Amino acid sequence: MTPKVSLSSLKDGRWHEYLIRFALGGLATVITGLISNAFGPAVGGVFLALPAIFCASATLIEKHEIRRKRDEQMNGRRRGQQAAAVDAAGAALGSIGMLAFAVCFALLVTSHAALAMPAASLAWFAAALLAWWGWRQLRRALRYRHVMAGRATARARRQA
Amino acid sequence: MSEMLVRFLVGGCVVSAFATLGDILRPKSFAGLFGAAPSVALASLGLALLKHGNQYAATQALAMISGAVALGVYSIVVCRLLMVGRLRALTATMEALLLWLAVALSLLFMLGPGT
Repeated sequence: MTPKVSLSSLKDGRWHEYLIRFALGGLATVITGLISNAFGPAVGGVFLALPAIFCASATLIEKHEIRRKRDEQMNGRRRGQQAAAVDAAGAALGSIGMLAFAVCFALLVTSHAALAMPAASLAWFAAALLAWWGWRQLRRALRYRHVMAGRATARARRQA
Repeated sequence: MSEMLVRFLVGGCVVSAFATLGDILRPKSFAGLFGAAPSVALASLGLALLKHGNQYAATQALAMISGAVALGVYSIVVCRLLMVGRLRALTATMEALLLWLAVALSLLFMLGPGT
């Protein structure tokens, strides 16, 4: 499936959910700053990859899926868990992009400070996209092998 | 106080922007990439660069490598907790947060405080 934009999902959100996400994002940035001030930039730097926002996003995805299924008179609990799990799988691939961001920024910031942020952002997007594409190809190849193995077994049974 | 307010507003805006991108993109696995976007890092490193200089920001970015590896482990564990453990999203993500902290800090101290 090719990535695409679907604005309809914005209708699922409630204004207070967006407000909570904004507050969580702001709070995570403030806390990272406080930790850096108290324990130094090394310990503070670790918290730049804090998955605080992911917690909020996964919970919202599950809630929206349950709400959607409830509107269709169905129990959406399992569907909600699955949707949040797919999001988590995407985040695992995204962490490769975050790693690329950190490495690129650390390498460039001392020599080319002005370039460091845009280059690291580009490295994040390229690495995340490549990881996602590679994962899709791998899944497709595994599924194809599984189908072919099934057909071979069926053929062998018919011949026996 | 004003620095904290700036941090809060910048962090809130950057995180909300990435989260909204994650909301409107399909398929969900692709949107998930934005759940691990360096949104807090963009806001914090930008402010660190302006206030403390290049070396400070470089140290933070090097230490962030440990956090990013831990994020990968965390995301895989959350995915398993949801699919196999059948936990609710809030429970799975909060419980695995302890694992993230343990992996991130272990890596940081193994690689050295300056990383």
